[in-house]
Order: sequence, then structure tokens, then C-alpha cells
Amino acid sequence: MTSMLSIQNLHATVADKPILKGVTLDVPAGQVHAIMGPNGAGKSTLSYVLSGRGGYEVTEGSATLNGEDLLALEPNERAAKGVFLSFQYPLEIPGVPALTFIRTALNAQRRARGEDEIAAPAFLKLAKEKAAALKIDFDMLKRGLNVGFSGGEKKRMEILQMAMLSPKFLILDETDSGLDIDALKIVSEGVNALRAPDRGMLVITHYQRLLDYIKPDRVHVLAAGRIVASGGPELAHQLEAEGYDKYTVAA
Amino acid sequence: MAAVKQTIETVAALEKYEHGFTSQIDQEFAPKGLSEDIVRFISAKKGEPQWMLDWRLDAYRRWLELEEPTWAKVSHPPIDYQDTYYYAAPKEKTGPKSLDEVDPEILAVYAKLGIPLKEQAVLAGVEGAPRYAVDAVFDSVSVVTTFKKELAAVGVIFCSMSEAIREHPELVRQYLGSVVPTSDNYFACLNSAVFSDGSFVYIPPGVRCPMELSTYFRINAKDSGQFERTLIIADKGAYCSYLEGCTAPMRDENQLHAAVVELVLLDDAEIKYSTVQNWYPGDPETGKGGIYNFVTKRADCRGDRSKVSWTQVETGSAITWKYPSCVLRGEGSSGEFYSIAVTNGHQQADTGTKMIHLGANTRSRIVAKGISAGKSSSTYRGLVSAHPKAKGARNFTQCDSLLIGKTCAAHTVPYIEARNGHSVFEHEATTTRLSDDQLFYCQQRGLSQEEAVALLVNGFVKDVLQQLPMEFAVEAQKLVAISLEGSVG
Repeated sequence: MTSMLSIQNLHATVADKPILKGVTLDVPAGQVHAIMGPNGAGKSTLSYVLSGRGGYEVTEGSATLNGEDLLALEPNERAAKGVFLSFQYPLEIPGVPALTFIRTALNAQRRARGEDEIAAPAFLKLAKEKAAALKIDFDMLKRGLNVGFSGGEKKRMEILQMAMLSPKFLILDETDSGLDIDALKIVSEGVNALRAPDRGMLVITHYQRLLDYIKPDRVHVLAAGRIVASGGPELAHQLEAEGYDKYTVAA
Repeated sequence: MAAVKQTIETVAALEKYEHGFTSQIDQEFAPKGLSEDIVRFISAKKGEPQWMLDWRLDAYRRWLELEEPTWAKVSHPPIDYQDTYYYAAPKEKTGPKSLDEVDPEILAVYAKLGIPLKEQAVLAGVEGAPRYAVDAVFDSVSVVTTFKKELAAVGVIFCSMSEAIREHPELVRQYLGSVVPTSDNYFACLNSAVFSDGSFVYIPPGVRCPMELSTYFRINAKDSGQFERTLIIADKGAYCSYLEGCTAPMRDENQLHAAVVELVLLDDAEIKYSTVQNWYPGDPETGKGGIYNFVTKRADCRGDRSKVSWTQVETGSAITWKYPSCVLRGEGSSGEFYSIAVTNGHQQADTGTKMIHLGANTRSRIVAKGISAGKSSSTYRGLVSAHPKAKGARNFTQCDSLLIGKTCAAHTVPYIEARNGHSVFEHEATTTRLSDDQLFYCQQRGLSQEEAVALLVNGFVKDVLQQLPMEFAVEAQKLVAISLEGSVG
């Protein structure tokens, strides 16, 4: 099986401090891989390095999406190639309605790919449809993005953006944090609806709970900047029962 | 949404200061420097009556006694008032003229700036757009005023100040200097002595002005100052909306712009006054050149229930010193001030408003948004005061500052004085930095860095943009984006 996302021996530093120390990981199209690990293992760093956030320096290794070098691209170029990061703490954008934000982003991506911009009626129809599926009140999309939204509302807004932008590869960074059980269900259903044979996902989480709803094909344990164990979904349950101790010691 | 897209396209397409071109136009100047003779020269050039000359000379003598103010948070080398031309005009006979008689070179300048001077002209690409009557001021003189006949049919007088002095002396004598007295401040006093032209508007009782009125100021001549004077009188129950735009060529020398705007509102009158100020801000790297924009703007709500609204988008000028104010004298009168001040490069802006509550149950509202980038400095300075008789006065003030980068500064200096126990004043202020997190969030969704800045800034200033007439709002949004180009990264 050819992998969609391919990470080879990735090393990265933040302010000269090594955080990722040789991550190797392959996610084939159509699969969902989970990354679990203790706090400080480098889980969020991995998501930021893949999406191109400033302040993270790659010192060694590579990351490609469908064979294309991701690391050489600007964050917006990676987005246009299909990389989507669902933030652990989605940002508030005062004065910019969610609808405006998503449409601006969608059209920027389409322009970058040499496609036509989406027409307003088609965009509104799509937004109404996707918002209803995520139980988002449409009026909320006319308010400043995420301004005054609850944690659950912000996460649903992330999933809505995902559904609207239709990315090729999703990275979910601690999507379960701050969600109650009802919100977790809605968000997970939204993510599951996006599972597709031509789409890959990396689900980053500290707890096994999320994986009851978003069933991974593979589970990897990231500890001290390396993948120290990989296995099937049963590995998540084992971690839940035993904790990360043996990996932190081993690392 | 369309506007955001347009901003993004504009940012991509345009140079930093697109109005910086100079035009070769045959001009005549008064000799450099300032003296009683120059004041007499300007007055004679305009064929003014004796009373006007006396008024100017009185102002000039008072100005000699005054000292340049130093309290504003701006710094600049001393201004040599003798090294400036106080009168520069395209070489032509004076007096009102039709569009056909205007020098084609000048028309070309306005065409290049996108200002519609043809009466049938509708703003490009905007269907059913409201019509604009334009008074075009080129250096020291008004070159043309459009739609005068149509406005006259409903009793509205819209003409250059020079023409008003000749044709409507009774109105000018009654109101000129009645809102901003001659010796109000150093720059207003200087203006009173040497003002060259500007716009005059009178809206008769009960008339709602049928179109937007606007003045477009252009400084073209080198080493010249522009001192325009605008007077708008809204009689009982009258309404008008007035727009003002300004640009200047890029020059290495600083040029002085000291204008005075007076608004008079009688009972139940309403004036909306909008400004998009885009004078040349100076070189963004060295800070060399640019306009010193020292302006006095004041509205006098003399009548009960009268209402004035100032909206300004300040993106240009090396230094801005400007506090459009409202004197709320009439009972139940109200004043509003909406402002966006953008500074980048080495620009300095000290701007804000004064809301002087004199009458009972007067209301005012201030929404000021300052955006600083580069090595610039932006100060909001505002006064809200309530007189003992202003029982029931209410004010709401919101001042927000947005910092982009680490080398700019924002200051907020609010003064609040309540001299009675029955006033309610609210003041809210925030200062935020355009965060790397927000930028990255937008970029991760597919926006380039410039697009992300434009989107975030447009969100920040949205409350104020909404106050502008639509076409101006689009223009203003573009300007804000262009002014901030290259401010990140």
C-alpha cells in the first residue's frame, strides 16, 4: 500500500530545543491513524511542523503528501494541497463572520489550485447543508468566527470548516479536549462522515475516549519525540489501562 | 464578502502609494513666505471684498502672537513658515466655469484618481450607485464644482468658498469663524489668514440634499501648503451627507496642510461628514517627506435635536493632528465620531475627538480604531465633557488599538470631565497585538500572509466601515489594506 502522508526520520527544534527526534510514520489514503502519547511528547509539535507554523525548525528528515515535499511550502500552500489542521484551541477572529472567513479561505485555496471561485449561491447552499448536519445554528455563521463561542461550538466550527474545505489530509489536534459527551458525539460523527478512500487522517489525542467514536486503523505511541510503539486499535485500550509510564521510561 | 475579496485583489495589484504621481500643470505662485503682503496678495487674487481682507489680516496679526502647540505626541523638525508657498493655482482665469473650460491636464489628474467629474458619471461598475456632486480643489483653488444647477433647483448652495464669499456674503459673514474662532488654535489661525479655497454648502430649511456632496483635495505643487476652509450650514430640519478625499504626490520635502472645517446645525438638522484621508505618508523606510496634516474640524449643534456624525479613515500623512469635535449646545442634540487611523512606516498620528455637552439630554458616541505598524506611533486623544447645564448627558466611548509587529506604539489619552451629577459616561478601551496565532490560523486555512492581515484588520475596523457610504467603504477598505502592505514578516 502506498502511503499518502509519509514522514521519514523527522527532527524538529523549537528555540533550539530538540522536540521531534526522528519520527517515521506512514499514513495510507483511506486510513485513520491515531497518535497518542504523554504530555510533552511532541504531539502538537508534529501537527505544527506538518502544517508549517513559524518557530518550528526542521533539522533533519522529510514529510511528503502524495510524494510532494510539504516542508518546502508556505502554510497556505500546504492548505491548498489539502492539509487541514483542526486546532486544539481554535482562534477567535473578531469582526469576520464565519461565513466570510470560510468563503475567503475556500476561494483562496481554489485560486491557488487554478480553480474557479465558488459562486455565492452554491456556497450558501453548501454551508446550510453542512451546518445543519453538525447541528450548528446558521445565524451563528453570521457572527464573528468563534467570538464568544463555547468550547464545543468552536470544535464544531472546525469540523464545519473541514467539511466545507474538503481537504485531502486531516490532522486533528486534541479535538476531544473541552468537549462534553454530546459534543464529542456530534464532532465525531462529523469527522466520520469525512472518512473516504482518498482521504487520510491523523488523530492526535491524549485519551483513548475519542477513539471509541473515531475508530483508528492504526495507533502509534509518541514519546520523547519518537514513535515508540505501533499497533491496532487494541493498543489504545492497553494504554488506557496501563498508562504511558513504560514508554516514558523506555524513551 | 465581495469587499474582502476586492481588498485582497487590490493588495495584490497595487503599489504602496498609488496617488504619488506629479502632474506638469502650468501654475502661478505667490512669492514664498508669509507676511501681510502675502495675505493681501491672496485676498486680491480672489477678488475679495474689504471685510474679508480685514478678517484675514486680523487673523494674521493674532497668529503672530501665538505659539505652535507642543502637547501632541508627535515630533518633527521646526517648520519654517517662510519656506512655503501660500498660494499656488493652475494658471487660468478665476471665476466659476463649466467642465469644458477646465484644463484637460487637471481633468486627467482627477480621472487618474478615479474621481467622477462628469455629471452623468456613475462610479465604475456600481449599478444604481448614488450620484455625487464634486467640488475639486487643486492646490489653492477650486477648479470645478459639479451638479450645481440641479442642487440649486432645490435651494442647496454648493460652491467653492471663493465663490461663496462673492455670491453669498451674508451667509459667509454670519457663519465663517463662528464655530472655529480665528484664534482658536495656532493652525486654525494660520488658516484664517491664508486660506485659499474650500467648499461651501448651505442646505435650506427642511431640505434633504438629493445627492452626496463631496470635495476632493489634491496637493500638486512643490513646497506649497494647502489651507482649505470648508463651511457647511444645515438649516432647520435639513440633511446632507458630505465626503472628503485627499491625496498628494510623493515628494521628499514635508508639506503643510492646515485646514479648517466648520459645520453649523440648526434645529433638527443632520450632517454626516466622512473623510478618507490619504495624503502622502512619506517614505516608508526613511520617513522622508510626507504631509503634515494639522486640521481643525468642529461641528456646532446649535439647534435642538440636531445630529452630527464624523467618520474618518486616516491612512496617509507623515503627521496627523486632528480632532473632529462636536459642540452639543442644542437640547437633545447628538454627536458621533467613528474613526480608523492607520499608521505604518514612520507615520505619527495624534487624533481623536472632543464631545462638549452643553445642552440637556445631549448624547455622544465615539468609536475609535487605531492600527499601528512599522515604526509608527498612534495616539487617541479625546475629551468628553459635560457642562453644569448638560443634565442627562450620555456618552459611550470605545477605543481599540491594534498593534502589528514589535516596533510600533499606540497610546490612548482620554479626558473625561463631568460638571454635573446627572451624566452617564462610559469608556471602554482595548489594546491587542495582531497575533501570530491568528495569522497562522488564517494561513492554515489557505490565506496568504497579506490576505490574512487584510482579513483580520477588516474585521477589526468593521464597526467603523459600516458607517461610511458604501462606495467609500470599499475605497477605505482598500486603503487600509494597502497602507499595511508589507507590515508583517
